[in-house]
Amino acid sequence: MDITQMKEGEKGKVIEIQGGRGLVSKLDSLGIRPGVEITKISNQLLYGPVVVQVGNTQVAIGLGMARRVIVEHK
Amino acid sequence: MQKILLIGNPNVGKSVIFSRLTGVDVIASNYPGTTVEFTKGYMKIGKEKIEVIDVPGTYSLEVTSKAEEVAVEMLKQGSSIVINVIDSTNLERNLNLTLQLLKRDIPVIVALNFWDETKHRGISIDVAELEKILGVPVVAICGRTGEGINNLVNRLHEAKSKTFEFKEDEKWHEIGNIITHVQKLSHRHHTFLDRLTEISIRPLTGIPFALIILYLTFKTVRFIGEGLTSLFDPFFNNYYLLFISKIVTNIFPVKFLQDLLLGTTPKVMESFGLLTTGFYIPFVVVLPYIFSFYLVLSVLEDIGYLPRIAVLLDVALHKIGVHGYTAIPILLGFGCKVPGMLATRILETEREKIIATALILMIAPCMPQTAMIVGLVGHYGSKYLILIFLILFFIAIVNGFILNKILKGETPELFVEIPPYRIPYIPTLIKKLWIRLKAFFMEAVPLIILGVFIVGILDVLEITNFIANILGNPIVSILGLPKETISVMILGFLRKDVSIALLTPFNLNIKQLIIACVFLVLYLPCIATFFTLLKELGVKNTLKIIFIMLFTATFVAILLNLIL
Repeated sequence: MDITQMKEGEKGKVIEIQGGRGLVSKLDSLGIRPGVEITKISNQLLYGPVVVQVGNTQVAIGLGMARRVIVEHK
Repeated sequence: MQKILLIGNPNVGKSVIFSRLTGVDVIASNYPGTTVEFTKGYMKIGKEKIEVIDVPGTYSLEVTSKAEEVAVEMLKQGSSIVINVIDSTNLERNLNLTLQLLKRDIPVIVALNFWDETKHRGISIDVAELEKILGVPVVAICGRTGEGINNLVNRLHEAKSKTFEFKEDEKWHEIGNIITHVQKLSHRHHTFLDRLTEISIRPLTGIPFALIILYLTFKTVRFIGEGLTSLFDPFFNNYYLLFISKIVTNIFPVKFLQDLLLGTTPKVMESFGLLTTGFYIPFVVVLPYIFSFYLVLSVLEDIGYLPRIAVLLDVALHKIGVHGYTAIPILLGFGCKVPGMLATRILETEREKIIATALILMIAPCMPQTAMIVGLVGHYGSKYLILIFLILFFIAIVNGFILNKILKGETPELFVEIPPYRIPYIPTLIKKLWIRLKAFFMEAVPLIILGVFIVGILDVLEITNFIANILGNPIVSILGLPKETISVMILGFLRKDVSIALLTPFNLNIKQLIIACVFLVLYLPCIATFFTLLKELGVKNTLKIIFIMLFTATFVAILLNLIL
């Protein structure tokens, strides 16, 4: 499943970023990479950005990008 | 040692530390992207004078935006020392940049900022151990109170380079190792600010919350603005005017000079005397609103609320070709268009910048112009004010739709860090307010007075009538305004608040006022905005945007003249 499908408050572990080098390094810069644990904070209405927490940082991610972040249940 | 660079992730408090080190006041806020251009200052250590540079934040040394480009460029130019500022509540993520810096041939010293926040977040970091692992000095500091800054300065000479060897693909593994060695997390309870974070970001509660904030913002700005004006106005009329008239008539017995300095009528908003209207506009009408707007904005900035608006508005803003973070430049533009446009540097593509700039310029007047519109139209009733603002809002949105269709390219997706809520620290808040007010006094007030002076001269020499007779006819027939308002339009380029003030003597009816206000907001950028446009977007794009504005203004004014 990807992070858009997670429920609010749910935790998961990132297992894959489905994208090119650009996307991988962009997500990497804010600490989102395979192996890290993230917590879903919110979805926005009408396919808006999702907000997740990584470590102590909250990050807003546009939907298209968010769909490429694959997680597994913790 | 001659040059120090402050480098770190966005929103780790570099600007506050910069102010502490150099005594140079720079604007610092609680959201990523406050600093988009580098600022230079100097500090003294013993007898040595050292240049310190506040560099825009960057997550890595791979460039994705103009602000990050500045950082990498500064690093390439070389420096004697890099102070790597780290958010100690986000050690893991911040170490990424630290390791990249340690690969370069520049001595590094690490400053662990927000040290005070680690305690109530349940984070404990072994500073000595971190220092041992990294091989460079690590100093815990708290930028806003200044704790640890002296220690940082004393240890600058210990900075070292290339102390940490690692393979690029094992970067995160190395960072993970460091973290397990130096950082311990303990459980902590949810605080009030955590609750507020959730409430303001989840759409079902966040949207009503945003509307309440918006409503309160407008109410407060108007309440304080109007309150201060009604406080200053009697003082101006009862004391200052009498005083200045006496002095001028005594010193200059020449009618020409008296007309220029005091104006030709006793009504302050109609006289256009250098010392009467020239002071009344900036200090009695505009200053109260500048003060109240920046007070409210600064509080919202320092709490860290603005990025939440960016998230909530992302879907809506995508419809007009920009992503949610554009909300922040737009909000800054409500105050003054220049900082609004500078803030568009956080956007990635030129297409976004053009759309964002057009939005910033058209969606609402700047605060000085707003103050004048409120002063001129307000007594006809709030509904007319609201109408003017709705018309502008609607036009800007339609314009965005059209630009989004015409300009080729895609809109990048929102990807941004949302800062934690922080309780504003009053001394930095006051300092920021003062920086912004000072900019108004130093840059805007002289231009306002100059504008009033030019109007006065043109009037006394009867040049205004001359121009009105030659060029005035289209204004009368198309826009339904008196032909003399042509002079207003020519001078509005200098200062947009003055352009609205110039309407006062014409005794326009409410329909004419609405048309004139909408037209004067849209038709051209002011001179300061114009030069910023040139610098940020180049000649071609500047001309494009000016053409769009002029065309839209004329089109809308004609339309309003027909339907109102």
